[in-house]
Parts: sequence; C-alpha cells; structure tokens
Amino acid sequence: MHPAFSVIFLTTLIGAAQGFFLALYTGESYAAVKLLPEQGGAFYAWGSLISVVLLALGLVASFFHLGHPERAWRTATKWRTSWLSREVIVLPAVLGAIAVYGVVHALGWNLTLVGIDTGVSNDLTLIIGAGGVLLTFTLFLCTGMIYACIKFLQEWSTWLTPVNYLLLGTASGFTLATGYAAVFAPELVNFFGGWAIIILVSAFVTRSVSLIRNARLKPKSSLQSAIGVRHQTMTQRSQGQMGGSYNTREYNHGAPMWVFRSIKWVFLILVFPIPIVLLSVGMNEASIVLLSLAFIVQYIGLLTERWFFFAQANHPQNIYYQTVG
Amino acid sequence: MTQLALVIDLNVCVGCHACVTSCKEWNTSGMAGSMADDNPYGVDPTGTFFNRVQTFEVGEYPCSETVHFPKSCLHCEDPPCVPVCPTGASYKREEDGIVLVDYDKCIGCKYCSWACPYGAREFDEHQKVMKKCTLCVDRIYDENIPESERKPACVRACPTSARLYGDLHDPNSEVSVAIREAGGYQLMPEWGTNPANHYLPRRKTKIRIHEDELVRADNPLKKEADRPTGPVDEPTLDDVTSW
Repeated sequence: MHPAFSVIFLTTLIGAAQGFFLALYTGESYAAVKLLPEQGGAFYAWGSLISVVLLALGLVASFFHLGHPERAWRTATKWRTSWLSREVIVLPAVLGAIAVYGVVHALGWNLTLVGIDTGVSNDLTLIIGAGGVLLTFTLFLCTGMIYACIKFLQEWSTWLTPVNYLLLGTASGFTLATGYAAVFAPELVNFFGGWAIIILVSAFVTRSVSLIRNARLKPKSSLQSAIGVRHQTMTQRSQGQMGGSYNTREYNHGAPMWVFRSIKWVFLILVFPIPIVLLSVGMNEASIVLLSLAFIVQYIGLLTERWFFFAQANHPQNIYYQTVG
Repeated sequence: MTQLALVIDLNVCVGCHACVTSCKEWNTSGMAGSMADDNPYGVDPTGTFFNRVQTFEVGEYPCSETVHFPKSCLHCEDPPCVPVCPTGASYKREEDGIVLVDYDKCIGCKYCSWACPYGAREFDEHQKVMKKCTLCVDRIYDENIPESERKPACVRACPTSARLYGDLHDPNSEVSVAIREAGGYQLMPEWGTNPANHYLPRRKTKIRIHEDELVRADNPLKKEADRPTGPVDEPTLDDVTSW
C-alpha cells in the first residue's frame, strides 16, 4: 500500500498521546495506594494538556487524508459496521475525557463537591481517568482493527496488528512520560522509565513476531484465481492503460527496493535498542536531554515503522497491474 | 430479490476496448460529472475509468493463447467495500444489488478502495471522491430511451456480444443460463465476496470429421452410372431420398 503521511502522523501522534495518558493515570493510581509519591494537580493537568495537543495534532493530520474534510462529520454514522467510523467517534471521546481529567486536576476538584467523602484526595480524577483509560484502550483497538479487518491484506489481517498498535503507542507514551517526569517530577523517572523499557521489550517481541509471520506469508490470491484461468504459465501483456492510474499509485509504496528493505532495519534500531539504551543511561544520570532524546529518536523510528507497516501490505489488486504493455 | 450482473465471455472478447471507451463516454457525460483525464496526450497520462481491458498471454510461445480480460466492479453480493465505509456513501442497493457510491456523502478517505480485492474503485483526483462502475444505473432505468437500449453502455458497445447483462437471481435469465451452461465462474472466490459478475471460460470449438464423411461411397450420382430417370409426374429421387 502507499503510505500516506497524514495517516502515519495520525497513528503515531495519537499512539503517543494515548500512551502518555496511560502513563499519567498509572502514576496516579500507584500514588493513590501510596506506592509512589503523590504529585500536585499541575503535574497531571499539564500532562493532560500535552496529551490533548498530541491527539489534536493527530486529528488535524487525519484531515489531510480526506478528499472532502468538510463532510467529516458524516463519518460518525456507520459505527455499526465500520471500524473507521468507530475510531472517529472514540478519538474525540478520548480527547474529551483526557481534557476533563486535566481540567478537574487543574481545579483540584474531588467527590466532596457532591457531598461524598472517600478520604482519597483525587477520587474524582481517578474515576474520570478510569473512563479515559477504557476509551484509550478502545481507541487502540479501533485503530488496529481498521487495518486488521481487511482479510485479504494478509500482512495486516492478524491479531498482532491491534496488539502492535497498543504496545508501540503505549511504549512511546511512557517514554515521553519519562522525559516529562525528568523535568517536573524526578522521583517518577525510574517508574515511568522502567515501564517504558518493559513495554518496549514486549512491543519488540510482538512486532518481531509479526515481521516473521509476514515474511512467511503465502498469498492466497494468484493470477490463476484473479482471472480464473487455470494455467501455470501466464504473463500479463497489457494492463489496459499506458500511463499510471489510481490503481498503480495507491497500492504501491513507490520507493526503490533498497529503501523498502533498509527501512525495516532502520525502524527496528530506532524504535527499540537506541531508546532502551538512552532510557537506561538517562535514568542513571538523571539526564533530561538523554530522556527527551529517547522519545525523539523513538518517534522518528515509529514514523518509519508506520511507513513500513503500510508499504509492506501487498494488495491482491496488484496482480492485475503487473505490466504496462 | 434482483441482482443485476454482467457476464463476460472470455471466449468471445477480442480486446477491442469498445466497452472501455463507451463506458467512459457515457459516464463522463452523466450528471455525476466528468471522469477527468490529466495529460491525456502528455508524458504521463492518467484518468479515472470504470472499466479496463487487460491482456494476458497464457502458455508459452508458440503454444500460447491471448486472453483479453475486461475488468470492472463485480457488484459483489457480499461486498467488502460497503461495511467499511464510515459515512454510508458506499452502499448496495436492495432492489437490484448494484453497488454504488453516493458522491455527495463520500469524504474521499479511500478506505473502501483498500477493502476491494479487485481494485475496482478509482479515486477521482478532481472531484476528490471515490468512483466506480454504476452498471449505468442512470441508463438502465431511463424511460426516455427505447427499452432495447436500457442496458449498460459497455454491453451495448460490445461488437462481439461478449458482454451479457441480466438478473442473476432469475434462473431463466440470459446470464443465469449462460453461467449454468457455459461454466461461468467468479473471480478470487477465496475471499468469499461472492461477485455478481461472472466470466465464461475459453472453450475449444472442434468438430471431428472422418475421411469417409468427405467422400460419399454410395453417391447415386456417379459419373459412370446411368442417371436415374423416372416418370415426370412422380417425385424425383431428390424428393424421396434424404442426403
């Protein structure tokens, strides 16, 4: 498939935003049961703002993918059948939930407002945040299923696709949270950094499994089934056009083969080992620069990972477009 | 239930592209707006088409055959492109099974084209909406034209009648009979899309002639024999024999 930069930025930006929110909420939950030092409302409020901004940037990027962005409101109508429609509904819901979570933190509200005294200082944000977490996981599922539900795009049609979206997004969010904590709450750096490394290693495992799986895929469609002629030796002599068409542009990455082959190794290095080293050293030396660099390098790596994710998917319609003639 | 469909006879198609040009002419002149071409005579021509004729060489030269293969939307009975559409712009009509795009609802996200294994949908770079074969829905129901002309433009244009058109769910329609009797098949059956359009395979047409059928051993009109004669008022030999 042709990797569209709008979709690459959409999925990586919202992945980082969702992961960052999950990191914030995990930190808050640990603090609620006294496993971590408590943070002030400002820490969560500014964190939520970062998350909301990333989500909004992703939303803006997605509009560049549309031919008619002014009709985008219509996309919320077919949530019964379309994962894309579901994503369009859940994404603003996540954005809204995180925004409310941040605002409530900023105002310092809790359940005593409605006359309930639980004794927990941030009980209201824990409840709102739980809803946000639920929505965040739903959004990961929707994003992954958009690709995984197309059964003849065999590279995508696996449970590994949503799992990779979940783990890669969460890993980048926790890496960002490590850098954020290095600036505003140094006592949380090891907590976020440790989790970032654990999730990164898990993501490395599932992404590698999907790479190995895709390398061993046998395409179900062939020229024989595509035109229904049962012969072992067939060649296309003409595809019905001398120039290109939508069919020759949209379903091919269009990059030279050496680029396509090397991108896989580029993202495998940029997303996993380098950030893990930077996180480890950064945590040891409490270096804001190294921890920020970890997120930046990893984000660039995720852009290439997403490019490769699209480029690798081989659409069966390409069988019909082998020779210009 | 009605399911309109095309049946394309690969044994008859000569690859003349008349269906392609006729389709383009009809659909670019319709009320849905033009199917624009860019650089039609330039270096890198491109444009939107609903129908393409492709050519395949089957076998190895000199024992090879040329198969011309017209390809358009197959109007699947279980179209994978329809449920993925987030706006409902892509839909399958209940009354006749035609898969259509509502150009006023389409947001141009291209997701439906990803979800079509046949590559039957083409994005219009000028109108920024997804386009596809409509089975000439604006023609086949037009009561202002004679009933004999209420057929898709490609079917009317085909000089060899390689394209049949009719209701797949009527067991006695021309298309159903052709599929049943000439071995009609669907494309990429492995994905369970159940395409309405079918293709008829190449067939070998042969007659077997024995040598004794070329020479008549019992020819009564041998040169050396007497010509049979009879009364003029009686039937001649030609009238009573049956050669």
